[in-house]
Amino acid sequence: MSVFGLNDVSVRFGGRRRSVEALRGVDLVIEEHERWGIVGESGSGKTTLLKLLAGLEAPTSGSLTFFDAALDLRRRETMAKLRSSVQMVFQDPRGSLDPRMTIADIVAEPLRSPLLRGRGDVPRDRAARVDEVLEAVGLDRSAKSLYPHEFSGGQRQRIALARALAPRPKILLADEPVSALDVSVRAHVLNLVNDLVDSMGLTLVMVTHDLAVVRHTCDHVGVLRHGQLVEVGATGEVMDHPRQAYTKELINAVARLDV
Amino acid sequence: MKKLTVIIGLVCSGLVVVAALVSLVWTPFDPRKVDGPARFAPPGWPHVLGTDAFGIDTASRLLVGAQTTLLVGVVAVALAAVIGVPLGVFVGMGHRIAGEVVARASDILFALPALLLAILLAAALGASVTTAAVAIGIATIPVFQRMARAATLTVMSQDYILAAQVSGIPGGVIAIRHVLPNITPVLGVQAAASFSMAILAEAGLSYLGLSAPQSTPTWGRMLHDANLYAAPIQAVIPGVAIAVAVLGFNLLGDGVRDYLDPRMKELR
Repeated sequence: MSVFGLNDVSVRFGGRRRSVEALRGVDLVIEEHERWGIVGESGSGKTTLLKLLAGLEAPTSGSLTFFDAALDLRRRETMAKLRSSVQMVFQDPRGSLDPRMTIADIVAEPLRSPLLRGRGDVPRDRAARVDEVLEAVGLDRSAKSLYPHEFSGGQRQRIALARALAPRPKILLADEPVSALDVSVRAHVLNLVNDLVDSMGLTLVMVTHDLAVVRHTCDHVGVLRHGQLVEVGATGEVMDHPRQAYTKELINAVARLDV
Repeated sequence: MKKLTVIIGLVCSGLVVVAALVSLVWTPFDPRKVDGPARFAPPGWPHVLGTDAFGIDTASRLLVGAQTTLLVGVVAVALAAVIGVPLGVFVGMGHRIAGEVVARASDILFALPALLLAILLAAALGASVTTAAVAIGIATIPVFQRMARAATLTVMSQDYILAAQVSGIPGGVIAIRHVLPNITPVLGVQAAASFSMAILAEAGLSYLGLSAPQSTPTWGRMLHDANLYAAPIQAVIPGVAIAVAVLGFNLLGDGVRDYLDPRMKELR
């Protein structure tokens, strides 16, 4: 059973006269437990694709399925299913953590979602679950009463990761999860993502401009250019034998990240 | 420098609050007692700040007037905030058509001066401090509505809102848990500024006789009653009191913003 299926999906922004096509005729199937890296330059439509999967954006044309059922932003049941099994990590943890909430409140927030009530495996004891996920991302319990500004960038991204994992999601969406971090902590956070995706059996869809990150974390890669998916395949294959000139360019443009 | 303004603000607004509190239990003379022979007494003893045209002790009226001043500020700001803030947040969080309706209604209200509203209300309900405060409050609603809307738009563009939406947190909960706490500092500053504006407006309305009747001691009324030929000092005293209160609450507003922002704690 595929987690996400995109069939000829296009997303257009703006009015009739001046519209921007963020995605054009994208076909993509993401199976369970796969780790996808979507690569592209800024403006290639990566973030739009991720928002589509997160149910924050609707396709202008084409169809989108979630566990083989059509995903419609207006239909409650499918959206409830999506919202209770998908979590997202954002690029800049300064903006993705509410500056006025304590870490305990931030991490516990997804557990308060009314959509989780229908799920049996949801942690009942919020405080215990917060402790659990904070430990899983390598943060001390004393962090709970502090505010986001009291942490470094890497630590904040760990907090964001803890929040995403708290409700035991099936799918993790990540929007450039390490791009805003210092080079020195990128590898740590990426390894953490790897380990957690492994141990929790997640499906990962990560968007990035950095092929080195994809090579390190993902088993499948899709290359986006001007809203079109120009190359799709297993990471090793695409990296070693790129079929498109554009993919070659991207590969040659990045230095390898040794981790 | 920053600290100095906050201290001045605290001292000035503190003076008004202390005056109001003291007047609840003690005033040098009865602030309503007419004493013909003592009229137009210059500042001295026993009338520290002199007396007005009716021989009423000015110091006593000034102290009791602080109560009215604070009452007007609190009622006007509370009324404006209680109606304006939820409207602004609601509009800022989405709904386009509702937003348009609220924005236009706000414009209409904004175009109506507090003075006109006060005349209207005074005509309908009779001139009193309460009608003046309510009129000022209603006229201030658009200010809070717009400020809350603008601040809400900023908050709604943050990723932590997306994170909450991805989890399926309902809009109402997002409004209370994320939006309100994050727009509070901006609104706090606005509240302080509106507080001083309300004080000034009430003084103006009192001066025009649209607020308190003669028997209620207010600073605007004192200005109104002052006889510039016989005792010009009687106009200066309430004038200075109004200026101190307005300045105090304005400066305090800046301090409130810094205090409410947890990120500013590092800088203190």
